[in-house]
Amino acid sequence: MNLTHHHGGWLIVFTFVLALALSIIPLPHILELLRPEWMALVLIYWCMAVPSRVGVTIGWLVGLLQDVSRDALLGQYALAFALVAFLTLHLHQRLRVFPIWQQALSVGVLIMLECLVVLWIKGLTGQSPGFWKIMLPAVTSLLFWPLIYLLLRHVRRTYNVS
Amino acid sequence: MLALLSVTLMTLDHRSDYVRHVRAGIAVIVYPLQYLVSVPANFLDWTEDTLASRESLQDQNADLRRENQALRSQLHKLTFIEAENRHLRELLQSSKRIGERVLIAELLSVDLDPYRRQVVINKGEQDDLLYRGQPLVDAYGVMGKLVHVNPFSSTAMLITDPNHALPVQVNRNGLRAVAVGTGSEGLLELQHLPNNADIEVGDLLVTSGLGCVFPAGYPAARVLEVDTNPSLPFARVTAEPLANLDRSREVLLVWPSTENLPGGTNPCSFAVEETP
Repeated sequence: MNLTHHHGGWLIVFTFVLALALSIIPLPHILELLRPEWMALVLIYWCMAVPSRVGVTIGWLVGLLQDVSRDALLGQYALAFALVAFLTLHLHQRLRVFPIWQQALSVGVLIMLECLVVLWIKGLTGQSPGFWKIMLPAVTSLLFWPLIYLLLRHVRRTYNVS
Repeated sequence: MLALLSVTLMTLDHRSDYVRHVRAGIAVIVYPLQYLVSVPANFLDWTEDTLASRESLQDQNADLRRENQALRSQLHKLTFIEAENRHLRELLQSSKRIGERVLIAELLSVDLDPYRRQVVINKGEQDDLLYRGQPLVDAYGVMGKLVHVNPFSSTAMLITDPNHALPVQVNRNGLRAVAVGTGSEGLLELQHLPNNADIEVGDLLVTSGLGCVFPAGYPAARVLEVDTNPSLPFARVTAEPLANLDRSREVLLVWPSTENLPGGTNPCSFAVEETP
């Protein structure tokens, strides 16, 4: 039991690393604006699936990584991701029984909240790119959720992460 | 609790320099990933170079040889002029101008925040004495300056970033202005120029050296459009950066010489530690 426990832990770390790679991979400028929040998506999945292991602290740490990789203000994404993790932990039992499209909508709302926090902080430090532009990742994240969900569920079941 | 910690971190990061080491520490973890991500792009470049046809290489070689000849002859003239300049300055008992030290760095092809104009380079504290605010140029003009120096990599803000302002002067007549980034690719805005300012489309803008970040005399931009609307308080002047901001793969880091000023006192010495 202990062995599988460890095994699963590395798998979670690996998915986060992959998500971070996806979120810094170079894209053409137009697509760059539409880039889904990969890190947040993976975070939401693990918070929902294994809430005993991935929670607010992990979310905060992952956010800090995102901060440095985007060269944002230190703590900006950390705060946003901690909030997302907190809300997902509260809602995880309800999210689990939703049909997948309804889940996607909820995830869209969560990511929108995250973007909103980032927008506020950017606004406070005087670099606001505009409301609608910053909400674009929320829409694409919503569309990518079913894919992420099915993929990570498959991974979780195959390697028995619990 | 974590929210409080985040807010403290953000405030510290925004207002002061204390959390620099935290960022540098995390950047060390992120660097291998950034390096890995930029490998495919570098590999594409490499294959393009390796698989180039013989004719195109020969053409390129001939072009480069011609260019080298031309530049060499110009350099001879320049050496002569430089010597003359130094001599004249000595006669005037004015300060000497000393050449700047440079270091070549490579860009990592990774994306940062899409609403800002920033790049990551593969040189950091481990490689040389890089510092915050250090100017970055390419073969054609000024590119930007370093904002975060981490152990193995650094982040630079390009001159088109909306938070960047570059003190420039018109090469033709010495008119000074501030070129502010617009956030869109290849566009700068010259702010607070009066409607009757002597500036024309096509004017070359060079760095003025005021502000103590960029050394004077580097080409920066070319004026693209001058709109003098009498109903507005200032003229709307846009300019296009000369550096290949989105195409350069190699950049030069410059150490501005600090001995350009008379009497050995250097009002810019503060800039090395403090300029963001």
